[in-house]
Amino acid sequence: MFRAAVRLSVSGARSLTRPQLGLTAPLAQRCYAHGGKLESDEEFDARWVTYFNKADIDAWELRKGMNTLIGYDLVPEPKILEAALRACRRLNDLASAIRILEAVKDKSGPHKKIYPYLIQELRPTLDELGISTPEELGMD
Amino acid sequence: MLATRALSLVGKRAISTSICLRGGHGVAKVDDYNPLPDVQFVTELSAVQKSLKEKEKGSWATLSNEEKIALYRISFKQSFAEMNEGTKEWKSVIAGMFFFIGMTGLVVLWQRKFVYGPVPPTFESEWKEKEVQRMLDMRINPVEGFSAKWDYENKEWKK
Repeated sequence: MFRAAVRLSVSGARSLTRPQLGLTAPLAQRCYAHGGKLESDEEFDARWVTYFNKADIDAWELRKGMNTLIGYDLVPEPKILEAALRACRRLNDLASAIRILEAVKDKSGPHKKIYPYLIQELRPTLDELGISTPEELGMD
Repeated sequence: MLATRALSLVGKRAISTSICLRGGHGVAKVDDYNPLPDVQFVTELSAVQKSLKEKEKGSWATLSNEEKIALYRISFKQSFAEMNEGTKEWKSVIAGMFFFIGMTGLVVLWQRKFVYGPVPPTFESEWKEKEVQRMLDMRINPVEGFSAKWDYENKEWKK
């Protein structure tokens, strides 16, 4: 959260040019506080995809994961969101799936191009699982 | 936080979500921002809702939009759109401002009538005329200022 102040200003410029996700690339990644090595974007994404892909993920883990992920100063990559949506499916939780979509839209803040890009990337998954977007349900 | 403590019966893990060390979550207001709160909104499901929950276990594509919205409403009190919308409070604020400015205006008018005494005689036009004449006679600021603007030949202000 403390890194957020620095990140937002730079990431803002990047995302205006094209929908860039995982906007933290140019700056320091996680775990500087522990003196460990930098984690790259790919490693970060892979870690989260693995987290949500756990076959027997439970509801608490889903909530905890999502809440933590939303707490970061970035908009998650479509592949992380796809894994999260599939986790919702395994947990028979449509409400959370819709909530996740709302949350990432909210997370994009003023960068309006991010959300449509995400939906476009997630469209196959949304259709496969039968998840409606908040817009389709008229909830915006 | 209170709800979380009350729910410690449900699972000890529920508490640790709130007391997360990440320094952002779990602190009073920020708790509201967790997109997936611990407790679903409707805890006691009606029969209709229960059957809907059963239906949720099947393919979601078979659910109608109303059913999806109903499922959402079971879990969450407000959608993001509802949560983020502003209040109309600003209108009351502006109205209040104008009201008090108006009240102040009335007070000022009343003061002028009932509190302040009469204005000194030096403000009367007769007095003022004599004052101006005296100033011209004394040649007040004859170069750039007052008397410089007076035409002494024609006894009028310069055009």
